[in-house]
Amino acid sequence: MSALYEELKQQLAQERGVALATLVRSSSGQGIGAKLLVFPNKSFHGSFGLPELEARVVEDAEQAIWIGEPGTRLYTLGEQTFEVFIEGFPPPPRLIIVGAGHIAIPLTTFARTLGYRVVVIDARAAFATRERFPHADELIVAWPDEVLARMDLNPSTAVAILTHDPKFDEPSLKVVLSRQVGYVGAIGSRKTSQERNERLKQQGLTDEQLSRIHAPIGLNIGAKTPEEMALAIMAEIVASRYGKDRTAILDWTRK
Amino acid sequence: MRDILPDVERWRARGERVAVATVVSVAGSAPRRPGAKLAVSEKGEISGSVSGGCVEPAVIETALQVIKDGKPQMLEFGISEEENFEQIGLACGGTIHVFVERLDW
Repeated sequence: MSALYEELKQQLAQERGVALATLVRSSSGQGIGAKLLVFPNKSFHGSFGLPELEARVVEDAEQAIWIGEPGTRLYTLGEQTFEVFIEGFPPPPRLIIVGAGHIAIPLTTFARTLGYRVVVIDARAAFATRERFPHADELIVAWPDEVLARMDLNPSTAVAILTHDPKFDEPSLKVVLSRQVGYVGAIGSRKTSQERNERLKQQGLTDEQLSRIHAPIGLNIGAKTPEEMALAIMAEIVASRYGKDRTAILDWTRK
Repeated sequence: MRDILPDVERWRARGERVAVATVVSVAGSAPRRPGAKLAVSEKGEISGSVSGGCVEPAVIETALQVIKDGKPQMLEFGISEEENFEQIGLACGGTIHVFVERLDW
């Protein structure tokens, strides 16, 4: 009788996103305690016995996986009302750093301190070494776009693209912008960023996709050293995770 | 959920039945947010919390009942600060709903 619980436990242990929806009230008093376990591809296990209600709850629950803010929602089906408690369990946040240069080292340390899993990718074996990145969870020497294309990129994933080299940065951006990641930032001045955008546009990326790139990367805190730049990037990643845009950061009246 | 799992697993391994209480809604300020959980074992051991401790006794009592009869229950705590202080002493005057269910899903 504990199939859903066992499955939930397994998803959590494997650090995969999942949401649990529980029918906590219904106007008829029927079905209280019924559950749906909802996966990132909107498949689900369990039943409320009402396909129409299930379809609506699954939509909301799939989004809740990534938001991770539990709450009760009200649904109306004809004359009947239902209250469903939905809690999302996002996987631990992950930062993928493309380019194992001097900013990537303190960025790895900051991200680890904040509870992120850190993956560093660089095609240049001399850069992506254990000596330079003792704290990275994964260190991958390969072409970044090929690695990214094989990875599970999801809204709990942040990507910082730091190689400064268009032959690595641009293919990586194309892969990342074709998925739904939580954050993507790319290094480069305003001029570099603008030129990069123009090249990417010629390669078929849309304005909507390009607008998702945080560039120049990081908050404008006047960073000069690699450590300060890493701090600016990490602060921006955290802000973006909580839905703050750049203009909201100094404004305590805004959510 | 993650915080109560190790204890829940331990109780289940011993063959005990378990109830889980979850804060499902909060109005006003309350000590814990929706999603906060308290697990109760058949023998009355507890793990986690649904408030700062003020409503726990009532929740545990209900949880033990739910373990026996398997019927989920919705509990409501709080209203005004005075009433809170006299009746259940919820720390900061909010209203919380706690859903209590047996872990048999």
